[in-house]
Amino acid sequence: MGKLDLLQGTLDLMVLQTLAAMGAQHGYGIARRIEQVSGNEVLLNQGTIYASLVRLEQRGWIESNWGVSDNNRKAKFYAITEEGREQLAEDARYWARLTGVMDKVLAMSPDAGQEEGAA
Amino acid sequence: MSLLRRGRERVRAFWNKPALDAELEAELAAHLEFAIEENLERGLAPEEARRLALVSFGGMVQAKEQQREARGLMTLDILLQDLKYALRTLARDRGFTTVAILILALGIGANIAVFSVVNTLLLRPLPFPGSEQLVRILERDPKGGESSMTYSTDAMQEFQAKNRSFQQVTGYFAFSGPDNNKLMGNGQPQPVTGLMVAGNFFPTLGVAPILGRNFSTEETLKNSRPVAMLSYPFWKRQFGGNPGIVGQTMDIDGQQVTVVGVLPNTFDFGSVFSPGAKVDFFGPAIFSDMEDWGNTIALVGRLKPGVTLGQAQTEADSLFPKLHFNWKHPEWGGDYTANLTGLKDYVSGKLRRSLIVLWCAVGMILLIVCVNLSNLLLARAAARGKEFALRTALGAGRGRIVRQLLTESVVLSGAGAILGLGMAFAIVAWLAHQGSIALPLLGSLRIDGAALGWTLLIAVTTSILFGLAPGLRMGRGDLQAALKDGGRGASDGRSHERLRAVLVVSEVALACVLLVGAGLLLRSFLHVLDVDLGFEPSHSAAISVAYDDGGNAVKRGAIWQQVIQRVDQIPGVESAGISDNLPMSVNRSWGISAKGHTYRKGELPGTFVYMVSPGYLKSIGMRLVKGRDIRWDDNDQTQPVVVINETIARHLWPGEDPVGRIGEINLTEARVIGVVADVHETNAETEAGWQMYLSATAPQFGPVGANLVVRTKLPPAALASGVMRVLREINPAQPANEFRPIQMLVDHASSPRRFFMMLVSAFAGLGLLLAALGIYGVISYSVTQRTQEIGIRMALGSSTGRVQRDVLAKTLRLAVAGLVVGTVASLLVARLIASLLFATSPWDPEAFAGMAVALLVVAVVSGYIPARRASRIDPMVALRDN
Repeated sequence: MGKLDLLQGTLDLMVLQTLAAMGAQHGYGIARRIEQVSGNEVLLNQGTIYASLVRLEQRGWIESNWGVSDNNRKAKFYAITEEGREQLAEDARYWARLTGVMDKVLAMSPDAGQEEGAA
Repeated sequence: MSLLRRGRERVRAFWNKPALDAELEAELAAHLEFAIEENLERGLAPEEARRLALVSFGGMVQAKEQQREARGLMTLDILLQDLKYALRTLARDRGFTTVAILILALGIGANIAVFSVVNTLLLRPLPFPGSEQLVRILERDPKGGESSMTYSTDAMQEFQAKNRSFQQVTGYFAFSGPDNNKLMGNGQPQPVTGLMVAGNFFPTLGVAPILGRNFSTEETLKNSRPVAMLSYPFWKRQFGGNPGIVGQTMDIDGQQVTVVGVLPNTFDFGSVFSPGAKVDFFGPAIFSDMEDWGNTIALVGRLKPGVTLGQAQTEADSLFPKLHFNWKHPEWGGDYTANLTGLKDYVSGKLRRSLIVLWCAVGMILLIVCVNLSNLLLARAAARGKEFALRTALGAGRGRIVRQLLTESVVLSGAGAILGLGMAFAIVAWLAHQGSIALPLLGSLRIDGAALGWTLLIAVTTSILFGLAPGLRMGRGDLQAALKDGGRGASDGRSHERLRAVLVVSEVALACVLLVGAGLLLRSFLHVLDVDLGFEPSHSAAISVAYDDGGNAVKRGAIWQQVIQRVDQIPGVESAGISDNLPMSVNRSWGISAKGHTYRKGELPGTFVYMVSPGYLKSIGMRLVKGRDIRWDDNDQTQPVVVINETIARHLWPGEDPVGRIGEINLTEARVIGVVADVHETNAETEAGWQMYLSATAPQFGPVGANLVVRTKLPPAALASGVMRVLREINPAQPANEFRPIQMLVDHASSPRRFFMMLVSAFAGLGLLLAALGIYGVISYSVTQRTQEIGIRMALGSSTGRVQRDVLAKTLRLAVAGLVVGTVASLLVARLIASLLFATSPWDPEAFAGMAVALLVVAVVSGYIPARRASRIDPMVALRDN
């Protein structure tokens, strides 16, 4: 079984959640974290994260600053903003509702469907 | 909210590209460093650590592109790139670019200019507020010239009082000739043109004076103080635009006339009511003085809001037949009819068809231009096949290449549009000052917002039209073949060449249609010039003569006789004579009937009447068919004499000798003394009406003004000063009127036809040139493509002549195909312009033959140049090359 293709917009949500959970982090750190959490199930080219980062930053949901990493390297660190947290909460709610509905839809059994149809 | 911020950020990013790119570069470098470091920590070899880091990163270039796309304005970026590239390519291919832009400029310029004319004459409303309410009222059958297009003052006032459709009914005196007054001042008296208008004329039109005021009611009454309103150009010219002019007086014909107002520059009486005429000042028509003058007022009305033309017409149909011609003589009856026409329709309705034809012609030119450019671009695209193949191989999508080609065509048509707009400005400025063309509203011709919009529309349409075909073709080019092929083999372009051939054939066909149209109009124009006018306009000239006879016929006779005798003695003068009106200018009509006959109401048409001196008929070059000319002693108190034209003779005394018969003119008996050939009194194209010539010395009638006509072999200008000296000696108050060749009157009458003919011919010439260019392009290209093939054939023994013949045959095949298609199209189009032709069949064989010959000659010439080149190909060089 191959890796999962990311649905449109899900990467942005993952990035927001990662930053909310981990605090400020650089691009490589975010990418690695997502890979680890997903148990390497997600097909993620690490490079694609930068398009997502610039998108989120331009919307004002994250902010960035150049800083120095633990191993003394210069890197650009991203942090979630207050507005970003609100957005994250909203998106997470939406996602939960959607998966809930999807679960119900996919749980439909063939018999139940026929009964519904006959009624 | 966040979307708005994002948009702003993207725009900022677009402008901040280098810095952001550098930052991204640094960020990605750091990313890789982190990854490598982590891999090293996991104990991988440095090489492997780096490789794995790159693998899990994915495509580096794609990541950067994605980030840039997310960050900035990609579309705009690409557009700028394309634009830069297009400019660079076009600049490199200078010859192509120049030709393309020039062709486009000609096509677009002609289109804007014609659009401006059409817009001014047809589309734009008249320059009056609420102009759609303005209506011109004419007789139903205006056969008798101006007199049957006018009404008596009594009739006008009666209609004004009784009608319920119009807010206002107004009018102007229709019989003022040019230079009918003289302005006395310091030095020489100066000819000026005055016009009497009803007191409510300007308020009805909605024209407000820029200085002073309109005529007051008192000023339209008998014996009121004479007043005038000045036209804007006259105020500027004569009074230097003096803002204090209102209240001052000027001396007109010895009368002190007070200026009460100045009209705005936008009001040009001539351009609306009488194309080509200029009026210097307006005076109030005093109706009580004019009630015995007969039909003199041209009627204009303003409809009440909500009243349709049809309703007004219905009312007019019931009112007009009952109107009185003259209240003092109710028994005379008016016999009036009325035909209501929207003023706009009256002004330009007759021109509508000509203008539409012109518009179509110029549209066809644009189409040819597009086809031609498509062709040029195709040839160019073929030569650039390799370039595009390379770009495709490097990852450019088809859309990107089509977009690149479209950008190039947009740049070209943009440049063409700008240059064309410049040309159109020049043409329009020139046309607006052509007072000699009798087209209405020409003075208000200008390039306005509508014309600019039109330009934009044309530019965009053309660039899409001519850019799309080659673009699409290129986009689907076979990549491998193009890269492999030297670009010159025979493989590249069978279908390519077929497309180009189709384009050329359609171009030739369009040129065909234009040529036939121009040919037909030219033939019509020549026929108009060939019409026997009934007089000889060449070698004669006329000048308006001022005299004061106090209304006494005897005194008038003496003055006129003196003028003619003295002028006759000027060296170079063959004969001289005087008439009150000249043909093809102002006219008036009365009635004539044979004595003893009774006629049905409306059976007799109006008869054009001219008061002439002896010698006039000879001087203007009319032909006396029977009887004799008028003599100085034709001043019988009881029975005046009359010379009639052949049309009157034929209708009133059919099969008889009219000379010596008695006719009745305005209830006066008159003896016919001669018959003259018919004169085209309005223009060469309309049939001659009834015309009669009365002795100006007869006490029963009176002339309106006097035009001295001189016949001479010399150019008229050579006589002007001599004639003026004589006139001044006789009457020191003679104003410095212009000595005008009679030919000018004739030319003025035919100027609209000449105008349209010239324009369509110019377009046809342009079309022919473009078609020639198209043929040349295709043939020349195919010769280049087949250099190798021709080389082989020549190496195998084909002669130079044979090669030339083959190329020419190919050319002729294209031309003949175009000719066939074009002839069929022309046969259809010719029917549509049939009503614009004069004495010419829409299937005129000479026009069609002329078109065919012109096209074939041009085709052969444009095919011969490449044919010659083909025959000079050196087989050795051709085969070695490549």
